Amino acid sequence: MSTSQLSPAPPTAPDTSKRAFAVAFEHVGKAFPAGRETHHVLQDVDVTARPGEVLAILGPSGCGKSTLLRAAAGLDTASAGRVLIDGTPVAGIDPRCAVAFQEPRLLPWRSVRENVRLGLPRGLPRPEGDAAIDDLLRLVGLTAHADHRPRAISGGMAQRASLARALARNPGVLLLDEPFGALDALTRLQMQDLLLTIHAAQPTTVLLVTHDVDEALQLADRIVVLGRTGPTAPASISTVLAVPGERPRDRASEVLAELRVQLLGHLGVDAHHPATR
Amino acid sequence: MRQPLPPAEEAERADGAPAPAVAAPRRRPLLRAVLGLLLPAALLVLWHVLSTAGVFSAVQLPAPLAVLEAGIGLLAGGDLWTHVGISTQRVLIGFVVGAGLGLVAGSFIGLSRWGSTLVGPTIGAFRAVPSLAWVPLLLLWIGLGEDSKVTLVAIGAFFPVYTTVSAALQHVDRNLIEAARAFGLHGLRLLTTVQLPAVMPSVISGLRLALAQAWLFLVAAELLGASMGLGWLLTDSQNNGRTDRLLLAIVLLAVLGKISDALLGVFEKWAVKKWA
Repeated sequence: MSTSQLSPAPPTAPDTSKRAFAVAFEHVGKAFPAGRETHHVLQDVDVTARPGEVLAILGPSGCGKSTLLRAAAGLDTASAGRVLIDGTPVAGIDPRCAVAFQEPRLLPWRSVRENVRLGLPRGLPRPEGDAAIDDLLRLVGLTAHADHRPRAISGGMAQRASLARALARNPGVLLLDEPFGALDALTRLQMQDLLLTIHAAQPTTVLLVTHDVDEALQLADRIVVLGRTGPTAPASISTVLAVPGERPRDRASEVLAELRVQLLGHLGVDAHHPATR
Repeated sequence: MRQPLPPAEEAERADGAPAPAVAAPRRRPLLRAVLGLLLPAALLVLWHVLSTAGVFSAVQLPAPLAVLEAGIGLLAGGDLWTHVGISTQRVLIGFVVGAGLGLVAGSFIGLSRWGSTLVGPTIGAFRAVPSLAWVPLLLLWIGLGEDSKVTLVAIGAFFPVYTTVSAALQHVDRNLIEAARAFGLHGLRLLTTVQLPAVMPSVISGLRLALAQAWLFLVAAELLGASMGLGWLLTDSQNNGRTDRLLLAIVLLAVLGKISDALLGVFEKWAVKKWA
């Protein structure tokens, strides 16, 4: 695992850790049958995340953000178009991806350590797996709570365990489905910083679904905004914005404030900014 | 990047430390056991009084001491151990086979939509057949030997496990299953890693029901076609007017049933601590 900044990597372990794949959504659409009619959720989503990039997918609730992510993970199939990871189409659960959900989804009868173990790739020798888990627990700051059951730790800790489990898979693409959405505001800020630390240690491609404009601005290289033209119209990409500046970014930056106003405008929210009135 | 620690109380409970406030009898297992024995002791006294005061004749209701003597007599002849041993063996083998098959069938029906659609109704119909109805058929097909009795016990143990497991598996947290699938678990590994642990409490209550059913079916099997065992002791005593031995068999069935259930209860405690 590439936690070499925090601990020396075992010398025998092959260095497969610098995996980062491109994720290409090619004219992806999704429709659900609704009675006799078909309910179109997504239409013609066409965007590519570059290897190692943090791409935020921003949009209002129910616009199909999670659907996009689930299509990349292989948990769902698109009804139109396709998703390519590193040039090959996703078919079924993809071993190159790891997912962290809005809820931690830890097995309640297993300790934090054993939950993280669930993420390890199949066939990894036990000593290497143990070393990887130790490194990851240190990375997310859970070493002291490794033997606790999930119900004995806080929501933020559980979410960190969920992140560690995803990283244990050594993913070329990390899929985050509103991972901090259920946390309190302060914990959420801490978790955003943690994600930056993780990304520095394992510079994989990250797709981050969020409805939090500030989170997207703080974490992403680029932000894809999903929106729909009418109340029954399917959602599509309304804009793609590149976010300037090295991370971690100044939360009080004026440039970001400008972008925030723009993004809120795309999401149909009045920013109450003098320039937009 | 440190989270505040969870409330100390919660952490303690997770570590298995005793919760602070517990009701009095629970805190003292010995006292609890003594209190639980009060009613059986009273019944014993009542039984003694009824039989010695001449309310019932000795044939109708022999005194507790007479039953004890009958037991000692059988014990001296070596027959008692044979009956208890063979009955316990039949229950154990039948229970293990029936519960094991129930677990497999319940998992299959509970997880596979095709399985529950195609096979579910048929198993439901078989379940509706009263236990005694199987006995003549089993005797005809398998004969008077051990196999027919063990088969009947297995039938009895099968259904409670099958029913509880198949029903519980359909209600496992979808989110947990999806997360595990996202990490590449499927099929048997998904079943043993997520689905079965998640339904462990239901499995165990199913096992306890199955054990009770196993004893029930054992007596049915032995009443109708056996040359030894506690069920046979019942019919044999009835035919010979040995009410003392008849009562002895009933008491022994109660004791054996309770002991086996208590053993399963110990396993349940361990399992709940491990899986819940």
